[in-house]
Amino acid sequence: MSGPRTLPVGEHALLVELDSAEATGALHAELLRRRATGTLPPLREIVPAARTVLLDGVADPAALAAQLTTWHIPPLEADVRETVEIPVRYDGPDLADVAALWQVSEQEAVRVHSAAEFRVAFCGFAPGFAYLTGLGERYAVPRRATPRTAVPAGSVALAGPYTGVYPRSSPGGWQLIGSTDAALWDPHREPAALLTPGTRVRFVPRVAR
Amino acid sequence: MSDRALSVVRAGALTLVQDEGRHGHAHLGVPRSGALDLPAARLANRLVGNAVGAAVLETTLNGCAVRPRRAVTVAVTGAPCPVTLDGRPVAWGAPVRVPPGAVVEVGAATRGVRSYLAFAGGVAVEPVLGSRSTDLLSGLGPPLLRDGAVLPLGRPADTCPRVDEAPAPGVPEELVLRVRPGPRADWFTADALAVLAGGRYRVSSASNRIGLRTEGPALRRARKGELPSEGMVLGAVQVPPDGRPVIFLADHPTTGGYPVIGVVPEPDLAAAAQAAPGTPLRFAPVGRP
Repeated sequence: MSGPRTLPVGEHALLVELDSAEATGALHAELLRRRATGTLPPLREIVPAARTVLLDGVADPAALAAQLTTWHIPPLEADVRETVEIPVRYDGPDLADVAALWQVSEQEAVRVHSAAEFRVAFCGFAPGFAYLTGLGERYAVPRRATPRTAVPAGSVALAGPYTGVYPRSSPGGWQLIGSTDAALWDPHREPAALLTPGTRVRFVPRVAR
Repeated sequence: MSDRALSVVRAGALTLVQDEGRHGHAHLGVPRSGALDLPAARLANRLVGNAVGAAVLETTLNGCAVRPRRAVTVAVTGAPCPVTLDGRPVAWGAPVRVPPGAVVEVGAATRGVRSYLAFAGGVAVEPVLGSRSTDLLSGLGPPLLRDGAVLPLGRPADTCPRVDEAPAPGVPEELVLRVRPGPRADWFTADALAVLAGGRYRVSSASNRIGLRTEGPALRRARKGELPSEGMVLGAVQVPPDGRPVIFLADHPTTGGYPVIGVVPEPDLAAAAQAAPGTPLRFAPVGRP
């Protein structure tokens, strides 16, 4: 395995680039472990994304980049966390289109989605909006040709290789396959986001009303 | 609400509560937000004896007017503008004692864009994730000011102000932003940095608290395809498909999928916050090529 590539970002940040989502998740988990044990230099933000982890607010990015190359990073499986279960009504307006793209029946599409084990790869787009990986490559779908001006809060949606749940109503171009009443975002909760990077997630079917 | 409060007489074009921003939540998709001209906001707080991170009002171009219910010391910094107390001129950039019920008016900026109005004790709206800042991208924090709104004020500290007068900022005819190349400079043609450095840019009227947009020569990509979403920093110079660089300001998204050709150092962003649409803009690359 090739080591991570580090790219300087301005004077106080570092972008660490990896070659897979798994390696990115593993580095992120290692960074959190090191921060928890006080063996990471002080920094302001650790922001995982698709193939990178951004380290922002670092006093000496070059020294941290050098330190990173000496780390042994255990594989992601070692990061055992409780699974968050999200109840879903698979009643989304794009479920039929997604099933057609997958070349399966709607019932089979629901079975595939609710059987998958997801992991929060990263958050972005809006507070508490998580990009979940876990569906196989063959289930990747394009965004809608025309984005919706308002996607309801709680919509469970697909785009590219990701599943996401809209924390609040917003414009969006993802394929809507279902809906949930789960509180994705609550600023009075710690953490405010239900789905934080690294969290394991399963979707549990509920009968549509 | 107690009488330690102010009512909004004239909200102005876009007046927001801002402090030093929301930090440590970027991994949840929470923008940093905070005062766009942070040194000016900090100075306003010093002038009224507050901690530098107290919440202030950030106005946009045409100021605002408020009526504190009790006597309070205020100060205006940032974009220079007339300041009045019940219609009588008072000092900009200095502590002003406001008697109960008097109207403090921050006038239209004579140059620059954003003025800062600090109150001894600070604006005491409920913090969200540790900050009172209004984040226009994600909607966190208090709503933007409306005529007739009432905002709570905090209890003033017992300390004396450490500064009693501030110089008005100079008048830059041209905005010059240093740019440290990377992390995705290699996504652009070999001459892109030279185009950026030599190009005559202007501040676009589409600029806002999320990003300073530019008009000028387009930067061309050497690579096709899409960059997977990655974390974004304050000052990132992101280049969307039209090739016109956008400099990320306080309300920028935490991740993005357009390549970043370079990063503007934070000290230069206060000037960017005060650059009105149409201001000539020049980029000055620094550091390694």
